[in-house]
Amino acid sequence: MEKVKAIILNRGDNVAVVLSRAVKGGRVSASGDGRDAEIEALDNIDFGHKIALEDIKKGEQVIKYGQVIGVATEDIYRGNHVHVHNIESCRARGDKQKAGEDTL
Amino acid sequence: MIKVRGYIRPDGRVGIRNHLLVIPSSVCAHETARRIGEEIKESVVIPNQQGCGQIGDDLKMIFRTLAGLGKNPNVGGVLVVGLGCDAIQGRDLAEEIAKSGKPVECLIIQENGGTSSTIEKGKHIIRKMWEEVSACEAQEVDLSSIILGLECGGSDATSGLAANPALGKCSDLFIEKGGNVLLSEVTEVIGAEHILATRIKDDRVKQKLFKAIEDIERRAFLQRTDLRGTQPSPGNMQGGISTLEEKSLGCIYKAGTAPIVDFLDYGEEVKEKGLSIMDTPGQDVESMIGMLAGGVQVIAFTTGRGTPAGSPIAPVIKITGNSSTYEKMKENIDIDASAIIEGKASVEEVGRRIFDEVIKVCNGKKTRSEIYGHREFALWRIGFSY
Repeated sequence: MEKVKAIILNRGDNVAVVLSRAVKGGRVSASGDGRDAEIEALDNIDFGHKIALEDIKKGEQVIKYGQVIGVATEDIYRGNHVHVHNIESCRARGDKQKAGEDTL
Repeated sequence: MIKVRGYIRPDGRVGIRNHLLVIPSSVCAHETARRIGEEIKESVVIPNQQGCGQIGDDLKMIFRTLAGLGKNPNVGGVLVVGLGCDAIQGRDLAEEIAKSGKPVECLIIQENGGTSSTIEKGKHIIRKMWEEVSACEAQEVDLSSIILGLECGGSDATSGLAANPALGKCSDLFIEKGGNVLLSEVTEVIGAEHILATRIKDDRVKQKLFKAIEDIERRAFLQRTDLRGTQPSPGNMQGGISTLEEKSLGCIYKAGTAPIVDFLDYGEEVKEKGLSIMDTPGQDVESMIGMLAGGVQVIAFTTGRGTPAGSPIAPVIKITGNSSTYEKMKENIDIDASAIIEGKASVEEVGRRIFDEVIKVCNGKKTRSEIYGHREFALWRIGFSY
């Protein structure tokens, strides 16, 4: 199986971006900003999508570009696909407004 | 100093295209304006769907934007067509645009006995106006007269990895060579505003940026919803972008590293030299129209998923970092930046290529969106119709 490359944008990140489709069980070679990691993909991960470089517990921050991009909505394991099913945004969350609360 | 060829307008501003514009002051005058425009194939009719039933800041913003489009230096002459009872009065709009010194005329449908005679008169007016506008000749001008607008649409993971960083290099180079740049789409700064803030010296400008972001989040709260499904969009998500913050962090790369000198309202005229930000939404077409009203003459637009969108009065240069998108939508894309992802070209090299292309386009080279006749138009609304 061809090894998939992934790019780590900042050494403090806990996710990397895969540069070709990773298949579950396949090996992913992540590198960037002076950091390297060899990871087994726990899911199929499409080109451009994120793979977890470490375990991220539910409620913990997901870091990419050295910045917070959201929080984990469930426990994520090293090698998991990180995307809309297990990470959510913290900004402009009008859906969290309680019913009947004055919004102005 | 880098020179380009441009049309020097009476107010001293410089255009890199030479359009004759027909602007209906409200939606009710649009069909009449459209038929007038048929007389001269080179003319551009603005398909304005607004201009009545609006109030307050929402109405002021539409007026400012329509006037700004007429005043844009890529436009050589304007015919305003009003119905007569519209909230945006044709004469007010024509008077505002006429401050630019360029030829401006106005026709009011209710005063001309209806649409047929208005159309006849309008055709005569633009025939005469086109004789004058088309005779204008381009001259050598400084790059300091040019404002490059930045836009991204249909973003995916490659936008933040390749296309936007390369455009950022181009932005820095453009400013270094004396030009001006305008960043927009403030929704797509949410999550990255603290990074941009470090580049703003003027506290007043910083506060305007933060207030604009606060307003966006407040609007989402007013609607009791979050931005997911549009920010990020379905296409963004298919392309690997999971949250708004992630999208924004990739988006701001296109503004390079230059200091940010001003923050403008939607459609407000760009005043300061250097890099400014305009309050526009992430909706690509509404955003570009706001920037054009501010005086932008050329737009560089990165796209991961691919979009053909152009504009009625300015060339839009499309750049993608996704090789698959480039292969599938070659006719709509000007620059392929995917060599960065493949490790075959540096961000600096591609940034330089984009810069060179911007200069060529300023000097007359047609972009894909111009060749294929894309003139997408949409106006941002911040209020309701009543």
